[in-house]
Amino acid sequence: MRRRGFWMALLSMTLGATAHAAVLVNGAGATFPYPLYSKWFDEFHKRHSESQINYQSIGSGGGIRQILEGTVDFGATDGPMSDEQLGQAKVPILHLPTVLGAVVPTFNVAGVESLKFTPEALAGIFLGTITHWNDPALTKENPGVSLPAAPIVPVHRSDGSGTSYVFTDYLSKVSPTWEKSVGRGTAVNWPVGLGGKGNEGVAGLVKQTPNTIGYVELIYAVQNKLPSGPVRNSSGAFVAASLESVTAAAAGATIPDDFRVSITNAPGAGAYPISSFTWLLVPTRIADPDKGRILTQFLSWMLADGQALASPLNYAPLPQAVIERERKTIEKIQVGGQ
Amino acid sequence: METLSPVVPPRRPSVPRLAIGRTAATSLTPVLAGRGERLLGSSRRRRWADPIFRTTSLAFALTVIAMTAVIASVLFLRSAPARAAFGWGFLTSSTWDPVFEHFGVLPFVWGTLASSAIALLLALPLGLGAAICLSELLPTRWSDPAAFLIELLVAVPSVVYGLVGVFVLVPLMRNIEGILQSTLGFLPIFAGPAYGIGLLTAGILLAVMIVPFVVTISREVLLAVPRAQRDAALALGATRWETVRHVVVPYARSGILGSVFLALARALGETMAVTMVIGNRPEISASLFAPAHTMAAVLANEFTEATGDVYLAALVEVALVLFVITIVVNALARLLILTVRAPDPARV
Amino acid sequence: MTAHDLRRRQVERLMFAATMLAAATTLGVLFFLLGYIAWQGATSVSWAFLTRLPAPVGEPGGGMANAIVGSGKLLLIAGLVGIPVGFLGGVYLSEYGRGPIAFSVRYAADVLNGVPSIVIGVTAYALLVVPFKHFSTLAGGVALGLMMIPVSLRTTEEFLRMVPDSLREASLALGAPRWVTIVRVVIPAAMRGILAGILLSLARVAGETAPLLFTAFGNRFWSEGWLQPTASLPVMIFTYAIAPYDDWHRQAWAGALVLLTLVLGANILARMVLVRSGGLGRSS
Repeated sequence: MRRRGFWMALLSMTLGATAHAAVLVNGAGATFPYPLYSKWFDEFHKRHSESQINYQSIGSGGGIRQILEGTVDFGATDGPMSDEQLGQAKVPILHLPTVLGAVVPTFNVAGVESLKFTPEALAGIFLGTITHWNDPALTKENPGVSLPAAPIVPVHRSDGSGTSYVFTDYLSKVSPTWEKSVGRGTAVNWPVGLGGKGNEGVAGLVKQTPNTIGYVELIYAVQNKLPSGPVRNSSGAFVAASLESVTAAAAGATIPDDFRVSITNAPGAGAYPISSFTWLLVPTRIADPDKGRILTQFLSWMLADGQALASPLNYAPLPQAVIERERKTIEKIQVGGQ
Repeated sequence: METLSPVVPPRRPSVPRLAIGRTAATSLTPVLAGRGERLLGSSRRRRWADPIFRTTSLAFALTVIAMTAVIASVLFLRSAPARAAFGWGFLTSSTWDPVFEHFGVLPFVWGTLASSAIALLLALPLGLGAAICLSELLPTRWSDPAAFLIELLVAVPSVVYGLVGVFVLVPLMRNIEGILQSTLGFLPIFAGPAYGIGLLTAGILLAVMIVPFVVTISREVLLAVPRAQRDAALALGATRWETVRHVVVPYARSGILGSVFLALARALGETMAVTMVIGNRPEISASLFAPAHTMAAVLANEFTEATGDVYLAALVEVALVLFVITIVVNALARLLILTVRAPDPARV
Repeated sequence: MTAHDLRRRQVERLMFAATMLAAATTLGVLFFLLGYIAWQGATSVSWAFLTRLPAPVGEPGGGMANAIVGSGKLLLIAGLVGIPVGFLGGVYLSEYGRGPIAFSVRYAADVLNGVPSIVIGVTAYALLVVPFKHFSTLAGGVALGLMMIPVSLRTTEEFLRMVPDSLREASLALGAPRWVTIVRVVIPAAMRGILAGILLSLARVAGETAPLLFTAFGNRFWSEGWLQPTASLPVMIFTYAIAPYDDWHRQAWAGALVLLTLVLGANILARMVLVRSGGLGRSS
């Protein structure tokens, strides 16, 4: 932004006058896709300078609550809304997937760069039934690696988060014990382990404390070069998290009309088992014509040009089939008065 | 320097004695010199100016009560679903399960009280000692800039404290805890693995965060003690330390305790920094090295993501419990003051 | 000099040495913290940082200009809410306050101080955001103002109390009405401490994040007027600090450095303007 623009804006701001006819659209929700969304909204603003889409990452729960209260124009969430929540909405709300993400296990064991994890191993570690690194559940799948006899220190998220939701959702699917005793949620009653706040809290704890294991978003692991490893999927193959394997998980899953689906442990040989959609929550009827126009324009742009911006930032783009179905859903959004 | 020198430069600023002559005279002389008619007006104006001033200041003072009452009622009303679901069991249960919706606040109460107690135990002597040094020993030229800088610590965002805590304090504590454990590990308070993250680390970080309150306010309070008090003690032959200990600090006791209240309150409500170093495990343990959780931390962690009416209400109830604890702790502290000092009914 | 006297001197040296150690520790931690922030943030602070809007991930040259201005606006409202209540309330407590009303006010202020900032944010949200269906700078400012009250109230009261009654009596004896005594004599005498308290309370809220999340919300763009959401330094620092990107981390530290510099500057400015240094306000 040029300096002249800065002083002009400063002046207009403090005087409360409107310097230009910009329309501000407010959205709130998930932190996981925030970097990508901020990129998208900035790019969109460059193309349509009168549209300002302001997104704040206050958390998936926050996004759901604010869209239900009507204080924002759209929401965003990593975990789909429940039927009960949808019932509370004054105007029906659409779930529109934007990109895919993945959760990867990360650990700190001296001299070990990569480990293969089975679903039973992951569930056992976080349940507290597998307590040492040289447990057969781990050594069996990793024959060439020397694992110490040290106790495992699990690290989980202390804050409610979509990442935890995806991870616990996966564990609930692969471990009946987990589903019965802990369950799935943005925050759960973890049987063991330390709690770190945010991805950086978990990553920090794992990096600094020996013999720890935690879980973080893929982007985080890639950006910070954290040691990780492939996880065995429902077809029996050990698949590492990558843009391709995550998109494969979405392609292989059966997706309902309202797009509310969990794709953890999805079928498909190349599917990464701990993947998930992230959604935008948009009302089916938008009263303000300007805001409605901007939102629908953005959504169409997002499905076309926006997807291309996802991979450089380590977000997996949507499969083509999903994009097509979503376009049809977007056309149903009504803008303006009745 | 223990003896009183006859010509004393204003090295330690205190409430001005000369100001009686200066301030009052310069502001009142025009009044008395007849121009006062403009200032005081007729006796009619004199009659209502005082009550108006008093009422206005009373009104503002009452808004404090009003605001606190509003917060209390919002907390009470919005926690209704949880109170209905759990009743008093909420206070005794140690489970925190958002999935199966069993909630209990006890581990958080423990973590809050323990970490705040550690913080106060560290911050009070440190802060008071530093304040004494800054007010009694250092000339104003040095102690003023030092005080400005210490005040800056208050403006450091909590998340920055947390980050510095994670990157600097935690590794340090891991080493220290390791040493403590190898020497004194048989004591229950030093038991358990030394992660570096835990109750003790959180207490120390909190102490760093609340020390500026104690230092800044205590220093100003100590500086404001009238010079006459010090002079009298010194004239009687006391050493400077004895003057400080027996005359200056007791005179300033109310202000110092006030600073402790402010510090304690901040410790109880601190969120972001604590959550990054305390381990966030809702468990009660005797060991200082164990991870714990606090009420404010669980609010900061889970409030924005909480979906589900009972879950949200349970979090609000945690806030309500914290509110009540603050009331109780303040009450206890005031009782302590009342027993410690000669009763001065206006000063509680 | 007797042995007893010698021992008294030794005790004095020991205790003063202990206080110097305490001061050195406090200042040491302070300098370490400030140095750490400066070291982390200094390389990223630039004119571009101070005057530009945030850039998306991966694009260099983003800034926090809107956050800096936003924080300024929020603190302005916070001051308008918090300073009168704290100051005048403190005046009441000190000059007129006896009995149950004053006790309740003090008590309420201490309790208010202990309320976690996120709870104050939620309350301000329930009162000022939901009924109007949008986030605003005003709501954020009010939330911060609420947090300012206890510190400024208690410190104003304490410092007014420390003014000796002889001053008040002298003024009244000269014929001044009570309110003139308070305004023209007592308050100026305590001005130094009162100002310290107000600045302390402003400094405290300058760094608060949680109350702003649900009130001022945040804004990637310039915020116009007082009824739109606005960016603020603490929220930007928080958002960037927990992101996965190194560039954003650096900006977070730079933001922290800018915040501290602004608070320090405001502190110095206020003291220079409002308290006459040396001389009159604080003579022997």
